[in-house]
Amino acid sequence: MELPVISNTAESGGGGCSSHSCGSTADQLNQIPDEILQKVFNHPCYSEDAHHHFARMHVAVAPACNIQCNYCNRKYDCANESRPGVVSELLTPDQAAKKTLVVASEIPQMSVLGIAGPGDPLANPERTFATFQMLSEHAPDIKLCVSTNGLMLPQSVDEIAKHNIDHVTITINCVDPDVGAKIYPWIFWNNKRIKGREGAAILIEQQQKGLEACIAKGVLVKVNSVMIPGVNDEHLKEVSRVVKSKGAFLHNVMPLIAEAEHGTYYGLTGQRGPTQDELQALQDACAGDMNMMRHCRQCRADAVGLLGEDRGAEFTLDKIAEYELDLEGAAARRAEVRDRIAAELEEKRNAKAAAPAPKLVALDMSGLATKEALRPVKMAVATSGGGVINQHFGHAKEFLVYEASEKGVRFLGHRKTDLYCSGGDTCGDADTTLQQTVKTLEGCEVVLCSKIGYEPWGMLEEAGIAPNGEHAMEGIEDAVMAVYAEMAAAGKLVAPVEAPAQSAA
Amino acid sequence: MALEINDLCVNCWACEPLCPNKAIYSASPHFEIDPDKCTECAGDFADAQCAAICPIEGAIVDELGDALNPPGSLTGIPLQLLMEAAGALEGTAAKVSSS
Ligand code: SF4
Ligand code: SF4
Ligand code: SF4
Repeated sequence: MELPVISNTAESGGGGCSSHSCGSTADQLNQIPDEILQKVFNHPCYSEDAHHHFARMHVAVAPACNIQCNYCNRKYDCANESRPGVVSELLTPDQAAKKTLVVASEIPQMSVLGIAGPGDPLANPERTFATFQMLSEHAPDIKLCVSTNGLMLPQSVDEIAKHNIDHVTITINCVDPDVGAKIYPWIFWNNKRIKGREGAAILIEQQQKGLEACIAKGVLVKVNSVMIPGVNDEHLKEVSRVVKSKGAFLHNVMPLIAEAEHGTYYGLTGQRGPTQDELQALQDACAGDMNMMRHCRQCRADAVGLLGEDRGAEFTLDKIAEYELDLEGAAARRAEVRDRIAAELEEKRNAKAAAPAPKLVALDMSGLATKEALRPVKMAVATSGGGVINQHFGHAKEFLVYEASEKGVRFLGHRKTDLYCSGGDTCGDADTTLQQTVKTLEGCEVVLCSKIGYEPWGMLEEAGIAPNGEHAMEGIEDAVMAVYAEMAAAGKLVAPVEAPAQSAA
Repeated sequence: MALEINDLCVNCWACEPLCPNKAIYSASPHFEIDPDKCTECAGDFADAQCAAICPIEGAIVDELGDALNPPGSLTGIPLQLLMEAAGALEGTAAKVSSS
């Protein structure tokens, strides 16, 4: 029996971004004011559409920090902004500005420069702002952004507004000092180290003041939170409410990553990170109405390139020092690329808007014998962009996870894998890495990809995940919905998976 | 009367701008304090500034070699766990050298 796919006009808001490949349904994006949409449109960290086209880089100019987080070991980079255990090469502001200009000459898609550590950029104001100063002067088209723990934010807002930095990211893990005392053992404040609850209270106050001051100055604020199970997981819902009510335009929840070998408090005391499902449930609760930031990949502080790739190794200090800059030529190339991409994205959006079948599809239930509600199903998709299923399972560096339900298809987030096969002599470890990949897909019932090898096929099936290569080159939402309809028709969706099956006899 | 930085220092630059006497300088393999300039902040601040911001336990010591921030005092990691972690590291090193 065929399940017809009907449109669900009630939910298509019209106008704005109606592109579902950007992972946000129209009504979700409609909550964000137009001017902010414009600002984030070209920002690879915020928009699924943009991140396939535009590039960003970070420079490591700010080594010092003024607080301690229990998930951070200061032998490594700021754990708020990169994966733990990463060490970035420290640059002087001169080197950093030159590096940015060189990269922006070589990669004309370069549109965003961020300073995010290795410590706290605002604990190193001279170095941070000197870098921004040089860049505003020599490449005013490049967007600047800065990340901070927030302690020195109120004092820095004027300087931030002066340098025309339009994106600030604050890591806010709590708004309650009792919770904060379990996350921050100390802060450095007014020439003293202040420990425990008292320090956390000051940090929280500064973060909130800084957030308010940025909003008042028209500076865009994104809030990051680290989800620490048993410490702030429930509390983050409150954090989300507070920061959004004050005007943060995005709240992004990231998982705690804690391993004993990182030597952090959480790592050594056995504090666990959240499971994929716990993280997704909290992201749903916090960010359910604005989910663009599910595209955040926790990249390292000196990353260079498109999201998910790092071309940093190409730009050595020697190469940068020797490089002859042609500022005007490079700016012209960037402008050309920007216009072309903008036109392409626009065309794609128009094509989607004009398409006869709206993308948000729902199932017509009338044909089904049963009246019982269908349970939602998570599916992972391998794609290299363009909103279609076009990637080989083994080549996927990450999977996009969608949830299909009677209401339609919803983008949930990314799951990163380490490539299990790069085709070379690294294949020796294939087994364990493949197992890891399968593990990252926990909770998904189907994997959609263009092709898949024999071995991963078997392992996925064993793990209860159905591999599916039948929808290669099809649009993601349509394919997910088609598979969901097949599952419904096969009677696989009637009983909730968790609930014990009732005796049918 | 002067403090000293030892090889636990991770070169994070946090202390350098705080010193009222410009006694701290970047050096290789780690930051150093000029003993002629360091006053342990007497007369300027209640706490020695470098030791008040340094995130690394044990990296700043007094003339007797005693750490201003002894193990566990900043991170709150129980000594037992710190010792086990250090032991685990030594264990790997030993394994590597004996092979
Ligand atoms: S703010 Fe960043 S660098 Fe500072 S302690 Fe926290 S994670 Fe580490
Ligand atoms: S104790 Fe004070 S004077 Fe001495 S090096 Fe540290 S900051 Fe400078
Ligand atoms: S604050 Fe501590 S770790 Fe950082 S540079 Fe100074 S002595 Fe070294």
